[in-house]
Amino acid sequence: MGNITLHKVSKSFGSSTIIPRIDLDIADAEFVVFVGPSGCGKSTLLRLIAGLEDVSGGTIFIDGKDVTKEAPAKRGLAMVFQSYALYPHMSVRNNIAFPLKMSGEDKAVIDKKVNDAARVLNLTAYLDRRPGQLSGGQRQRVAIGRAIVRQPKAFLFDEPLSNLDAALRGTMRLEISELHHQLNTTMIYVTHDQVEAMTMADKIVVLNAGNIEQVGTPLELYRNPQNLFVAGFIGSPKMNLISGNPASRANAATIGIRPEHINISKSGGDWKGTVSVSEHLGADTFLHVNTEGVGQVTVRADGDIAVEHGETIYLSPDQAKLHRFNAEGRVM
Amino acid sequence: MARAVTTQRKVTFTVVGWLVGLLIFFPILWTFLTSFKTEGDAIASPPYFLFFNWTFENYVEVQQRSDYFSHFINSVVISVGSTLIALLIAVPAAWSMAFSPTKRTKDVLMWMLSTKMLPPVGVLVPMYLIFRNSGLLDTRIGLTGVLTLINLPIIVWMLYTYFREIPGEILEAARMDGASLLKEVIYVLTPMAVPGIASTMLLNIILAWNEAFWTLNLTASKAAPLTAFIASYSSPEGLFWAKLSAASTLAIAPILIMGWFSQRQLVRGLTFGAVK
Repeated sequence: MGNITLHKVSKSFGSSTIIPRIDLDIADAEFVVFVGPSGCGKSTLLRLIAGLEDVSGGTIFIDGKDVTKEAPAKRGLAMVFQSYALYPHMSVRNNIAFPLKMSGEDKAVIDKKVNDAARVLNLTAYLDRRPGQLSGGQRQRVAIGRAIVRQPKAFLFDEPLSNLDAALRGTMRLEISELHHQLNTTMIYVTHDQVEAMTMADKIVVLNAGNIEQVGTPLELYRNPQNLFVAGFIGSPKMNLISGNPASRANAATIGIRPEHINISKSGGDWKGTVSVSEHLGADTFLHVNTEGVGQVTVRADGDIAVEHGETIYLSPDQAKLHRFNAEGRVM
Repeated sequence: MARAVTTQRKVTFTVVGWLVGLLIFFPILWTFLTSFKTEGDAIASPPYFLFFNWTFENYVEVQQRSDYFSHFINSVVISVGSTLIALLIAVPAAWSMAFSPTKRTKDVLMWMLSTKMLPPVGVLVPMYLIFRNSGLLDTRIGLTGVLTLINLPIIVWMLYTYFREIPGEILEAARMDGASLLKEVIYVLTPMAVPGIASTMLLNIILAWNEAFWTLNLTASKAAPLTAFIASYSSPEGLFWAKLSAASTLAIAPILIMGWFSQRQLVRGLTFGAVK
């Protein structure tokens, strides 16, 4: 089991408040991603759950038990750090075995669990090496191995892929998702990369300045952002957020339209503009269009579209997909 | 052309390096050579460099007059003992300052260092009285205690610098893995800091070995280490250079040999943290 509940949790360092007050429920076996820009408090929140930081207020429950005052190891959670945090003086085998040794497991049990974990993570050939002799991806797998042998109630990942190159990040993303299906254990994953959040999460928690902006499935957040922050943060390329005349015509302070919900025409449409940059990605083309009275608009077009820099085109947003926000930035 | 300049610079630097090295080493070499001269040859003018009557008589006489080995044992016990005790105190101290610093940590470190700025003679009288009243004069325990306290600030500082280089996340990982504070220090922190602890230890053994002020003032015979042994050869009636040299050679030989074999550790210790 791995239900985690945060009740009015807050954290301050001296006079600066990092997390004002948060309530959150994480169900057993859920893959939850905390996402937000740098400094939004997502890592701090994870460290509060881990017990590596003390809360300034509020309560943390794991499986209904109040663990707010418990030491990290007593909470039954395992953590994978951004820097891997492997023990450099120990072999891979001893790294993975370390938490089992600390809990006083039998040597035979330790050996079996370490070998099992190594097999799952393709590390069997490297068990006698030191972390320094491994590649970044292998090190990350050792860190995950060290976490899974404990059979924790939940895994906590603190930006685990940000030290890896783009290709490896893609592979490890899949591996972690697969691991989640295999183990069926709660995972909390912190990242600033909204692509990781969208692809891996069952549930995304969008954080901004220590506050939860919205909680939902990736597609809920994508389709129905509750406020301007979520609208701008989730989705790549970003949603076009337009204020001024076009917004007031729609009776809103700001309107938002995703790049793929804009139709392009060379003969006529709602907004007239000039293509400033066209990015051909193969399957898609991203057009950055300077639009009269609207500003710069990003459009996702077909990969085969023949539009070049300086060309005049007409854009028509799909009215059914238009997001309307009031002056406070809330959805209308 | 560039290559020619580089070679020339290399040669110049090598020659200058050797000259400076020899200059620094010369007193030790001269002491060593003098220890094999007769007292007459030792004060001859112009001095003999290599061509004199080599003799071991000074060593024999030195050993007969004052027991070298008892002084040697005292030096070993006092320097190694004080370093080990100081390490036991300094490891947890440096750990807490490096990994759970408070607002005042820097001040505490500076305050510890400031004790090294006090001239020792300033506290000689009170120290002497404390030693006399508590029966610690001329005891190994007393001297070990004093040297522990004297070198503690340096040991804490050096270890603090080493510990700061260890990523905090590794210790947090150990905490998540269920290591208690003690196990964290024993299984994770200490093995990672072994090179640092080793060089700190070496440097402090050398400092304690060479410490002369307190060892001369607080001992007489029983606990007197090699510094007192050398000093006993400088007398008001005049210096016996050859015997003094023999005594000095005997006193510095152990630490010189130890330093020679551990020079890589020592250099690392002295320059650690200087460059990243």
